[in-house]
Amino acid sequence: MKKLASALAGGVAMAALGIASAAAQDSVKIGYMATFSGPPGVLGEHNRDGFLLGIEHLGGKLGDLEVEVLEADDQLKPDVGKQIIDRYLQSDRVDFVVGIIFSNVMMAVYEDVVKSETFLISTNAGPSPIAGESCSEFFFSTSWQNDQLHGSAALQAVNDGVGSVFLVAPNYQAGRDAVTGFKREFEGNGTIAGEILTQINQPDYSAEIAQIAASGAEAVFIFLPGGMGVNFIKQYASSGIDLPLYSGSTVDGTTLPAIGEEMMGGYSSPNFWAPDMDTPVNQRFMADFEKTYGYIPSVYAAQGYDAAALIDSAIRAVEGDLSDKDGIRDALRRAEFDSIRGDFQFGNNHFPVQDWYAGEVISDDQGRATIALGALVAEDYQDAYHQDCPMQW
Amino acid sequence: MSTTLLLIQTLNGLQFGVMLFLMAAGLTLVFGIMNLVNLAHGSLYMMGAYFAAAATSWTGNPLLGIALAIPAALILGLLVELITLRTLYQRDHLDQVLCTFGLILFFNELARVLWGSAAIPMAIPESFTGFVTIIPGLIYPKWRLAIIVVGLLVALLLYVLITHTRLGMLIRAGASNRAMVGALGVNISLLFTLVFGLGAALAGLAGAMVAPLLSVEPGMGDPILILTFVVIVIGGIGSIRGAFIASLLVGLIDTVGRAFLPALLREAFQTQSANTVGAALASMLIYILMAAVLFFRPRGLFPPKGR
Amino acid sequence: MRVDLRLLLILLVVACLALLPVAALLAEEPYWMRFWSRIMILGLAAAGLNLILGFGGLVSFGHAMYVAIGAYTVGALRHHGVEGGLPDILVALGASAGVGLLIGAICLRTSGIFFIMITLAFAQMTYFFFVSLEQYGGDDGMRIASGTQLGPLHLDDTLTLYYSAFLLLCGVIFLTWRLVNARFGMVIRGARSNEQRMAALGIPVFRYRLTAYVISAMICALAGVLLANLTLYISPAYTHWTRSGELLIMVILGGLGTLFGPVIGAIVLLQLEDLLAHITQHWQLFLGPILILVVLFARGGLLGLLAPRQVSQRPAEEIDG
Repeated sequence: MKKLASALAGGVAMAALGIASAAAQDSVKIGYMATFSGPPGVLGEHNRDGFLLGIEHLGGKLGDLEVEVLEADDQLKPDVGKQIIDRYLQSDRVDFVVGIIFSNVMMAVYEDVVKSETFLISTNAGPSPIAGESCSEFFFSTSWQNDQLHGSAALQAVNDGVGSVFLVAPNYQAGRDAVTGFKREFEGNGTIAGEILTQINQPDYSAEIAQIAASGAEAVFIFLPGGMGVNFIKQYASSGIDLPLYSGSTVDGTTLPAIGEEMMGGYSSPNFWAPDMDTPVNQRFMADFEKTYGYIPSVYAAQGYDAAALIDSAIRAVEGDLSDKDGIRDALRRAEFDSIRGDFQFGNNHFPVQDWYAGEVISDDQGRATIALGALVAEDYQDAYHQDCPMQW
Repeated sequence: MSTTLLLIQTLNGLQFGVMLFLMAAGLTLVFGIMNLVNLAHGSLYMMGAYFAAAATSWTGNPLLGIALAIPAALILGLLVELITLRTLYQRDHLDQVLCTFGLILFFNELARVLWGSAAIPMAIPESFTGFVTIIPGLIYPKWRLAIIVVGLLVALLLYVLITHTRLGMLIRAGASNRAMVGALGVNISLLFTLVFGLGAALAGLAGAMVAPLLSVEPGMGDPILILTFVVIVIGGIGSIRGAFIASLLVGLIDTVGRAFLPALLREAFQTQSANTVGAALASMLIYILMAAVLFFRPRGLFPPKGR
Repeated sequence: MRVDLRLLLILLVVACLALLPVAALLAEEPYWMRFWSRIMILGLAAAGLNLILGFGGLVSFGHAMYVAIGAYTVGALRHHGVEGGLPDILVALGASAGVGLLIGAICLRTSGIFFIMITLAFAQMTYFFFVSLEQYGGDDGMRIASGTQLGPLHLDDTLTLYYSAFLLLCGVIFLTWRLVNARFGMVIRGARSNEQRMAALGIPVFRYRLTAYVISAMICALAGVLLANLTLYISPAYTHWTRSGELLIMVILGGLGTLFGPVIGAIVLLQLEDLLAHITQHWQLFLGPILILVVLFARGGLLGLLAPRQVSQRPAEEIDG
C-alpha cells in the first residue's frame, strides 16, 4: 500500500502534495533495483529472492534496525534505471541502493548514486571502469568483476593442459571483455584457434559450430549469458562435436533447468560458490531457500544473500547511526560477516578477492541437474583492473 | 576455408531458411488475404515451443509433444482470431500494429507466469539424436536434417493446396482481390478463420520443431518475428512462392554472412577491429538486403498479380 | 451549450505542467520534475512522429532512431571534448536532417506496410551500428560528462531541463498547428486521403512528404538531445525497435492526428507503466490487454473519447484539439 502511495505521489504529483514520508531514525531504507522483465528477468528474481532471504535470516532486520525494502524493475533500459534511481535518491531518500544486474544499467546510474554519497551495493554488475579508474568509496560489490570469470575459465583450461581454444562471445562490451580476459590468462600457455563475435540474442549458432569443428581446436570457450548460452549448448550437443566446453556466466543455476541433460558430467562455468559449498551459512541458506521459493538457488541468489549480511555488519558497527558514512565505509571494507562462500575480503577497488573453483554438472538426489564444487582454480583471485583504481586503504 | 565447410554452412542456411518459411508462409497468407499485420505471429511460435516442451514433459515423448503442440497452437490461434483480431480486419494497419503489439506483451508475460522466467528443457526426439554422414567428412545433425525435410514437405503441401484445390483457388483469389471474392458469395469470414488457423498451426509447428535446438523462454518469438517480416516483405506480401524464395535467401545470406564476412574483412584489413566491424556488418546484412530490394522493387520480389 | 471536454482537459494539463515545478519545490520533491521531464521529452518525440503519422498517414516504425541520433550527438561531442551547447543542437539537427533526407528519400518510395518495414529495417541497422561503436561504449553505452550549456542555461539542471522540455513541447505543438493549417499541411493531409488526386493537381507529393519526414526527424533529434541531458547517458537501447513501437503507441493512445494527442498519450502510457509496475511484477500482463481495449473500443484515441460526437466521426480531419 505504501508503495502504491509513493507511486501516486511521483505520478499524480499535484494531487498527492500532502503526502510526505518522514524517515524514522530507527529504520533503514533500501532501494533495490534489478531487471525483472524479459528473458533476463530470471537473474533479477534469483538475486532478489536471495537478498530477501538474507534479511529474513537476520530476523527481518539489518543491524537491529527495521528494514524497508523498495523494489523496482529497470526493464534493462538505462533511462528507466536512471529514473528509478532519481526517485530512490531524491524522493524516497534511501540509505542504500542495492541490486543492479546489468552493466549498461549500472553505468547509467553509478555516478549519480556515488555522488549523492549513498552506498551502492552491487549484487551482480561489475563493469571494468568501476573496478578501475572510476572506482568509488561508496561502491561495493558482493559478486565479482567480469575479468575474474574469464580469467579463471582460462586458468581452468590451462590446468587441464588444453593446447588450443576457440572463443565465442556476443559482439558487445562484456563479450569483447570476455575474449580479452580469457586471452590474457591463456596466451603463452596455448594458442587461440579462432574467435567469433556473434550477434546479440542470436538464436541460431549452426554457422559458428561448423567453424569450430573446422578449426581443429582442442576446446571451446563460450561467454553467452542467458538464453544465448542455452541456444548454443543445445545446438552444440546435437552437432556431433565432442570438444570440452569451458564457459563464463553461461552454465549456471539459471540455465541448468534447460540444459542440464546436455551438460551432465561436463563443466559448469567456474565460480566462487556452488550449492554444495561446505560452509555453515550455506547449509542454512540451501535448506531454507528451496523451501521458501521452490527452486534450486543459483549463484545470483547467493550474491544477493551476502549483500544483506554485509549491510547488516556495517550498520551494526556504527550502532545504527546511518549518518556516520565513514564508519559505515570502514565496516564495509572490513567485511566482518559470515559469508555464504566462507572467506570474504575486498580488494582496494571494493570488489571481492576470492577463490574460484571449477564446477561439475551432476544430478541431485531428486534427479535434477545441479552444480558440484570442483577443483580450486585460482586462489585469492583478483581482477586485472584494480591497479587502475587510485583508492588505497 | 574448405568446400566441406561451405557445404555445411549452406545446409545450415537452408535449415534456417526452411524454419523461417514455416513462419513466413502463415504470416504472408494472413497478411495477403485479410490485410492484417499480425505482430502476434511470433507469440504463436513461442507458444508452440512452450506447448511442445510442456507436452513432452507430460507424455515423456518429444515426438508426441511436438505432435500435440500443433493442434494446441491451432486452437490458440483460432481463439485469438475470434476474440481480438476479427474486429480488426476493417481497421487500418496502425490499429492492427498496436493491438497485436499488446498481444505480444500479454503472451510474453503469460509464458513467464505459467512457466517461469528461466528457459525450460526440451529434448531432441530419441530417434533423431546424433548425426548422419552425408558424404565422408561431412556430418550433419539428424534433427536439423529432419527440420529441412519437414519444411520442404510443408512447402510442397502448400504448393499443392494453393494450386490444385478449391480452397487454394479462393486463397489466391483473396490475395488478388478480396472484395471480388466476397461479392461472388464466398463465406469470407470462414475463409479468414481457416487461413488464420493454418498460419497459427504452421507457426506452432515451427516453434515446436526448433524447441529442442533453442532456448524455450519468454520473448523467444520476438527476434524471429522481425526476421519473418523481413522475409515476407522481400518476397512480396501474399505470395507463398515469394515467401519460400525469400526465406531461403535470408537464411543463406544470414548464415553465410555470419560465417565468412568477419574472416573476409580480417583478410582484407588485417586489423583487430575487423572482427567487430565484420560481426556488426553481418547482423545488418539482411536489413541491407531488404532496403535494397524495396528500393528497386517497392512491392517486393513477387507481388501477387492484380493489385 | 456543450463544453468541449477535450479543451478543458488540455488546458488543465498545460496549466498543471506549467506549475508542477512550484509544487515540486514546495514539497521538496525534485524527482517529480525529473519524472515529468521524461514524459514531456518522450511526448516531444511522439509529437514529432505525429507530424507524419497522424497527419500524413505514414507509419514509421523507426523513429526512435532519430531520438538516438540526437542523444548520441551530445555524447559524441562531449567525448571528443567539444563543450558548449550550440554545437549540440546544431549538429543534432544537421545530422538528423541529413540522415532523414537520405533514409526518407529511400523509404518514401514505398507505401503502406512496406513503409513500416523499411523504416524498421533502417532503425535496426542503426541499432547494430551503435552497438558496434566501441569508442562510445558499444552495447553498454557511455556516460556523458556534462550536459548542454546555452549561455547561462545548463540543460542538465533539473529545473532548466524541465522548462526547456515544456517550452519546446509547446513550441513544437504550435509549429505543428501552423504547419498543418498552412498549404503544406493541406497537401500532407490531402495526400493521406487521396494521393492520386494530389498528384493530378500537379502537386509534387513526394517532396512535401520528404520535407515533413525530415522535420519530424529533427523534432525527434531535439527530444534526443533533451533525453541525453536528462540521463547523461547514451545507449543503443534508445533505438531498439520496441522504443519505436512505444512512440507509435503514445501517438495512437492519445489520438491520431490531434495536436495534443501525443502528449496525452505519453502521459497516460508512462503513468500506466509506472503504476502497474508498482502493483505487480507482471505488469505487462495487464498493459497488453489495456492497449488492445483502447484500440478496439476507443477509436480516435483517448482524446477521441472525450470529443463531441459529430467531431469524433472524422478524427483525422479534426486538428484544433
